[in-house]
Amino acid sequence: MSMRTPLKTARYLGSAKEGADHFWKQRLTAVSNAVLAVFLVWLIASLVGADYATVKAKLANPLIALGLLALVTSGAIHMRLGMQTIIEDYVHDEGTKIVALMLNTFFVIAIALIGIFSVLKLSFGA
Amino acid sequence: MDASTERVRPERPLSPHLQIYSPLINMVTSILHRITGAALYVGSLLLVVWLLAAATGPDVYDYVAALFATWPAKLILLGYTWALMLHLLGGLRHLIWDTGAGYELKTTDILCWGSLALSFALTALIWIGVAASGGL
Repeated sequence: MSMRTPLKTARYLGSAKEGADHFWKQRLTAVSNAVLAVFLVWLIASLVGADYATVKAKLANPLIALGLLALVTSGAIHMRLGMQTIIEDYVHDEGTKIVALMLNTFFVIAIALIGIFSVLKLSFGA
Repeated sequence: MDASTERVRPERPLSPHLQIYSPLINMVTSILHRITGAALYVGSLLLVVWLLAAATGPDVYDYVAALFATWPAKLILLGYTWALMLHLLGGLRHLIWDTGAGYELKTTDILCWGSLALSFALTALIWIGVAASGGL
């Protein structure tokens, strides 16, 4: 068994090249969200007060379904990164922070799964 | 810390915090960007509830649509629209700043006030548009 610390073996090998990962993904999804948010506003505005058959037909349209899938995916990633930053800024107790970060991930995955499942069911389901 | 290293810390001034500064527009829009981001995070439930209702069937969809048409729900949706617009415009402002541009005092003021004003204008425009098409 080696008595060396992980730092000892990692030292002088350079950075992991992942330091900007969080920053970059937040910006990447910000750009896609900017476009998809306009799409969402248009979609909702066009369906306010519409009956079920109209809503179902519109949401099952391939282009609209793809747009919604993109929005849910891009939005979920952006949400997770943003809330992660908020938690890390304000929750200082290590245990609470880890639990909060886990709940953040679970919430975002739940949102993404519900959204994706619903869109797919509207497209492929009865 | 054991007794030998324990010392009484001299009273030194703390670094200035929020109460020291007079609020500037870039401070206000900065915290609003975070608050609206958190609000949109929770508000994403509205979207997926609506999608799930549509995927479930006409009865559930009609129930949820009727729920969203009540006045308290409309107020929440109005707030959601504004939060989305402000966060969207704030995000674009930050993308400009990310390039290193727009840090002149005058420019930051214009960008911050502009995003705030435009967020209200766009929210009004969207809701008037929906109301005019008979959606409300």
